[in-house]
Amino acid sequence: MIDSILIANRGEIALRIARAARELGIRTIQAVSEADKESIDAVHSDDAICIGPPHASKSYLDIESILSAAKESKAAAIHPGYGFLAENSNFAEAVEKAGLIFVGPSSKTIRLMGDKVAARKIAEQAGIPPVPGSPERIHDVAIAKLFAKDLGFPVMVKAAAGGGGKGIRMVSGLGNFEENFSLAQREAAAAFGDSGLFIEKAINNARHIEVQILGDGENVIHLFERDCSIQRKRQKIWEEAPAYGITEEIRKDICQAAVFLAKSIEYKGVGTVEFLLNPKKAEYFFLEMNTRIQVEHAVTEMTTGVDLVREMILIAGGEPLHYEQAQIQMRGHAIEVRINAEDPSNGFFPCPGKISELSIPGGPGIRFDSILYLGYEIPPFYDSLIAKLIVWDQNRDKALIRLRRALGELHIGGIKTTTDLFKSLVNNEHLYSGSFDTTWLEKWLEKDLPLKN
Amino acid sequence: MTTKQIISPVPGIFYRKPKPEQPPYVSEGEQINEGDVIGLVEVMKTFLEVKSDSSGKLVKFLIENEGEVTAGQVIAEIES
Repeated sequence: MIDSILIANRGEIALRIARAARELGIRTIQAVSEADKESIDAVHSDDAICIGPPHASKSYLDIESILSAAKESKAAAIHPGYGFLAENSNFAEAVEKAGLIFVGPSSKTIRLMGDKVAARKIAEQAGIPPVPGSPERIHDVAIAKLFAKDLGFPVMVKAAAGGGGKGIRMVSGLGNFEENFSLAQREAAAAFGDSGLFIEKAINNARHIEVQILGDGENVIHLFERDCSIQRKRQKIWEEAPAYGITEEIRKDICQAAVFLAKSIEYKGVGTVEFLLNPKKAEYFFLEMNTRIQVEHAVTEMTTGVDLVREMILIAGGEPLHYEQAQIQMRGHAIEVRINAEDPSNGFFPCPGKISELSIPGGPGIRFDSILYLGYEIPPFYDSLIAKLIVWDQNRDKALIRLRRALGELHIGGIKTTTDLFKSLVNNEHLYSGSFDTTWLEKWLEKDLPLKN
Repeated sequence: MTTKQIISPVPGIFYRKPKPEQPPYVSEGEQINEGDVIGLVEVMKTFLEVKSDSSGKLVKFLIENEGEVTAGQVIAEIES
């Protein structure tokens, strides 16, 4: 059992971790950059320690600084949250070597699944078809062209060491292939220090469906799926559980496939297996696996009643799974919308600043995960996600009505946020009827967004 | 001779180079033209080019590379 955790992250996920730890009687130490000192009270940790200047590379991404903070505060474990160092295998390894507990899978597992080409092979061995593509890394543009022609355009050129949407380019034909290939190579080298690429066929009319899994290194269970098809620039902004309009048969298939994959690598902790799925053709492909807690984990918590952050801490402390598969039931429907400090009427340009008015929704079936408070100054140095509004109700129709009601109660003054975007989306007939894919939101934003001033 | 200021339109981190391994956009003492990019400001992971709205000699940077800026803060001075 872990007795103390250094929280090596910020914002709403830091608070989320602190809450789970407090309920377990675990002492928490919040790692903060100089820019986040004013938010310490909002995280409700027992203690806080400064890890460096505002620039993330000198604080939240600085492995040495975080390790010495853990040592100084006598933390037994480090929770990385999501983003920053959460899927950095070198960080996880450094934590292990320092004799501390990394709240997540082993560095070996993170390294394995972080290599997207290796992950595709593991999926294939587990019987899940990966998105059709090149079996190995491709360094030579001439060979890449042959593969692309064979797959048929459009294709995706992707960084093998990928993540966070970096080093990914869609290429529509041979005409601009070489240019895009070398751009992706450079992006990949800059972002990951690894210019290796692979090629995948672009799947049309696909939904992004992901299965939440939980494992203790021996046993693995799933907690059903989420639909995260509503995306802008490969960033999810609206997530649901369960996925609307998929058959029970497909649900069973992908959930079992995810468990099988995770078992094959003796997975320990929370993880997500991502699929591209065409509901009409009933075909699905493995996309990638994420080895961390995800932003959208709350919709799964709302529909299954399982506290995923608590479970991941207990498993990291050496406990076995507390659930058997048969105990996991999915009830009702949950929707999460990401409130970002961005101006939808100005190309989603970031909008940090001081919160001058704040009204937070509440009542039945509402969860609002955020460290916002009146007078809080959102720093300009980090991600624009400032709050997650999650609603639950008996079914999707009711959840949409509840979301509409909650958005009506939400007011954040002083900065621009994506709240108004969701007020439009929640009344959208395509969204309502479930007739959307991963490209739908961007097309709709170009054509119909009624927010232009 | 008049001195003009280039101010940051947004808060964030100021970069003098397009990429860490590349040379700076402009060095102190260099002649620049209206519309030239003199640096980037990173605000919430989005990069915004900072352009000069006048021509002249860039005499001095008041913010160092990877330094923090607030909206409206003077980044550099130009003499023309």
